[in-house]
Amino acid sequence: MKFGIIQFPGSNCDFDCYYALKNIIKVPVEWIWHKQDNLNGFDCIVLPGGFTYGDYLRVGAIARYSPVMSALTNFSRAGGLVIGICNGFQVLTEAKLLPGTLTRNKCLHFICKQQTIRVEEIDTPFTIACKTRKVLQIPIAHGEGCYYTDKETLEHLEQNKQIIFRYCDADGKISDKANPNGSLNNIAGICNKERNVIGLMPHPERSIESCLGSDDGRLIFESIVNHLKVNCF
Amino acid sequence: MENFKQKKFWQKWNLTAHEYKTICKMLEREPNELELGIFSVMWSEHCSYKNTRPLLKLLPTKADWVLQGPGENAGVIDIGEDELIVMKMESHNHPSAIEPFQGAATGVGGILRDIFTMGARPIAVLDSLFFGDFHDNRTKYLFNGVVGGISFYGNCVGVPTVGGETFFSNSYQGNILVNVMCVGLVKKEQITRAIARGAGNSVILIGAKTGRDGIGGAAFASVELNKKSQEDRPAVQIGDPFAEKLLIEACLELVKFDEVIGLQDCGAAGLTSSLSEMAARGNSGLEIELTSVPQREEGMNPFEIMLSESQERMVVVVKKGQEERVLSTLRKWDLDSSIIGIVTDNPGFVVKNNGKIVADIPVSSLADGAPVVKREIREPEVQKKINQLNLDKIKELDDYNEILLRLLSSPNLSCKEDIYQQYDHMVQINTILAPGDDAAVLRLKGSKKAIALTTEGNGRYCLLDPYQGAQIIVAEAARNISCKGALPRAVTDCLNFGAPENSDSYWQLVQAIKGLSEACKFFNTPIISGNVSLYNENDGKPIDPTPVIGMVGIINNYNRICTLDFKNENDIIFLLGETRDELGGSEYLELIHQKKCGQPPALNLLMEKKIQDFCRMMIEKDLLVSAHDCSLGGLAISLAESCINGGLGAEIELETNIRSDCSLFGESQSRIIVSVHHENTGKIIKFAQKEGIPIKKIGHVKGDNLKINQWVNLPVEKMEKVWRGKQ
Repeated sequence: MKFGIIQFPGSNCDFDCYYALKNIIKVPVEWIWHKQDNLNGFDCIVLPGGFTYGDYLRVGAIARYSPVMSALTNFSRAGGLVIGICNGFQVLTEAKLLPGTLTRNKCLHFICKQQTIRVEEIDTPFTIACKTRKVLQIPIAHGEGCYYTDKETLEHLEQNKQIIFRYCDADGKISDKANPNGSLNNIAGICNKERNVIGLMPHPERSIESCLGSDDGRLIFESIVNHLKVNCF
Repeated sequence: MENFKQKKFWQKWNLTAHEYKTICKMLEREPNELELGIFSVMWSEHCSYKNTRPLLKLLPTKADWVLQGPGENAGVIDIGEDELIVMKMESHNHPSAIEPFQGAATGVGGILRDIFTMGARPIAVLDSLFFGDFHDNRTKYLFNGVVGGISFYGNCVGVPTVGGETFFSNSYQGNILVNVMCVGLVKKEQITRAIARGAGNSVILIGAKTGRDGIGGAAFASVELNKKSQEDRPAVQIGDPFAEKLLIEACLELVKFDEVIGLQDCGAAGLTSSLSEMAARGNSGLEIELTSVPQREEGMNPFEIMLSESQERMVVVVKKGQEERVLSTLRKWDLDSSIIGIVTDNPGFVVKNNGKIVADIPVSSLADGAPVVKREIREPEVQKKINQLNLDKIKELDDYNEILLRLLSSPNLSCKEDIYQQYDHMVQINTILAPGDDAAVLRLKGSKKAIALTTEGNGRYCLLDPYQGAQIIVAEAARNISCKGALPRAVTDCLNFGAPENSDSYWQLVQAIKGLSEACKFFNTPIISGNVSLYNENDGKPIDPTPVIGMVGIINNYNRICTLDFKNENDIIFLLGETRDELGGSEYLELIHQKKCGQPPALNLLMEKKIQDFCRMMIEKDLLVSAHDCSLGGLAISLAESCINGGLGAEIELETNIRSDCSLFGESQSRIIVSVHHENTGKIIKFAQKEGIPIKKIGHVKGDNLKINQWVNLPVEKMEKVWRGKQ
């Protein structure tokens, strides 16, 4: 089992993801430079948070042209697991590996805080260690996290059960008040139809040890490990 | 050249006739215009500290754990196990007053470079911000710009902004203060110096291309702001945090190479100061070719290239013939680089343009040649008047519920969540105590060790008594750190004052430095780095003297840290320290009675230290459930904060032998509110008696209301709404 973390110029949660996987989850993990065009030997690829190329143009718009991205497309088509966190989620939507887009937060500024999200689906490689409707405390930190897509795509996402996480209050209630950025249907994370590519705005690597305020993020990484244990060998 | 003399050209460059004479003597000739420009910026207060050098010598800078005091880009302390903490605080006041977004953003960028120049990874940023009248429209513009700029830059580079302070007062109208502190972490063997040595070694400029932005920024920072200052907007630099992020990663790779001799950032006065400082540290000379400097625009002249303050540039000195490894690392990060010159073993700083010498100045004359300016020290005539306060003439009011709510909703005391939530304060996953407590706490991965960080400034106290005010800010910073269980270890400072030519301002500066010095010696917290920002005036009126400090403390086991929130019903609440009949310089007196006068609260350094030591000892013994410093706004505000953050009420009974307003809102020093499990009350009282610590049981955690004597009875929920500005 091997995890890979893509380092784009401007990634800044790459070290955090590396630390979480290596030191806390204790699985083999390697760096992938954005100019690399081969992903052989990896089982799960992480696109970390940050500001790729400064995100001066549009979030993730330049990163999607990195050489590694075509390799990533092939990797995902072959069934490899891909998880995009925050800016990684934004890059995945720009690369059309996930539908929709992430736009400016409704409040128009960056928000960094502890956030509760509800696990909507547990039949994905990223949530099998969770219970349905489980409420997780996982921080958010973004300026462009408002999920948006057209009506039809949104209906498909709902029908195909591709909405994996929704923003909720501490009791698991979904409401406008619990929605930090104005995302449609309180969407915090979605997967593709094949369920092997996921993107989420909250940062599971930031809730990996109780001293950081929560270790709920472990459940997401442990789900991947559990899935790979069964499906890898 | 005679022309210069006749036209008194030096005036244009903010130099005095005496300084011009000194320059001629050092050069043994008259300077050309480029040389004069170089002297002008290097001899500005910002770069030369010509007004403050003798004063700064008063500050304590040494201790066994201090590896580097002032003199490099940042100070360094040893925290054991081969790990070092690097820190520095710097002002970016004038740029931010003109162009708040870019001013604040480049303030963050500049201080980050001071840290990774030392080979350290920046792990935390803190900001101390002082604005004018909260209700003024210009203040709102400046405030949004500054917070937006810090958020833009800090978030992008991936360094958490974990703390700071925001204060509003008319005194800063037109001359806001933006002081930014950065803390870094480095292994002992990777510490790097900003030095140029070894004749023949290459000088490489890396990062952004050099443009016309920010020309004369250092000189601009060394004069008073006025209505025409808006025209100086081009003197404000533009920040590119993405380029900075690449520089951080690339430089942290470079410092591991043996080929790298020295690393320096281009800050104020651009290439001029970074190159001449590097040469001065190495007792070397330099020869630079300007046509080798990558330029952003065409037709830049030597003066513009040498003085440009284009951001995100670094200078690295590399062993001769071994440049390739460095250059290939820079290519990997898609960073521009160019060999712009060599180190020499003669004493000159030689600048060539297409092979022709355009400046040739002895290095030593630039680095520390500026003649020290002696100023008159005289207590201001108004001082005695502003120190007058007759409490008998201040009416004790009756409706303390309403007053407490007013204070809780006031700009200086209300919750700062709306600000710090715009900053990524969690990236790097070390933040175990987020902004909003007395101090931020960051764990150091791989051990149980943690550091506590805080900033502190109080212009009002320092206006009333700069000596005592400066002592109080050190005491309060140390108290903030001690309340979390950390041992105060070192200080970095920013001295924000008016023009030194104004004898009132200069007296304030001298007194404040003396106060800082005394207090830092007492707490054994040397001042290891910092900067001085004079000329903080607007239309002729100086700001309140505002020394700001950043302090770091060490915790051996982060599981033991103590937070400020009440946690359990029926816990007993104690007050450590004593409350006196004091209202001078308090937030209450200014906000409710519109008076900024009197003496700042009394401070007994010995008692302060004993109380802090006791608090840390009790935290270490795991006897405290919560600890919270009592400062701005007094006891009532601190109690309200502990209630709101814990979502619990408290029943408090205070002694009535002093005035009710002093009891509730006076800012007597050396006080800490702690809550304790019921069964531990005997132990803590016994320890306190043994150590000679004044301790008083003042109540217990109970119910949904904060009740204080018959004065205050408010639902915590209501206080919270007002405090958070949600109603």
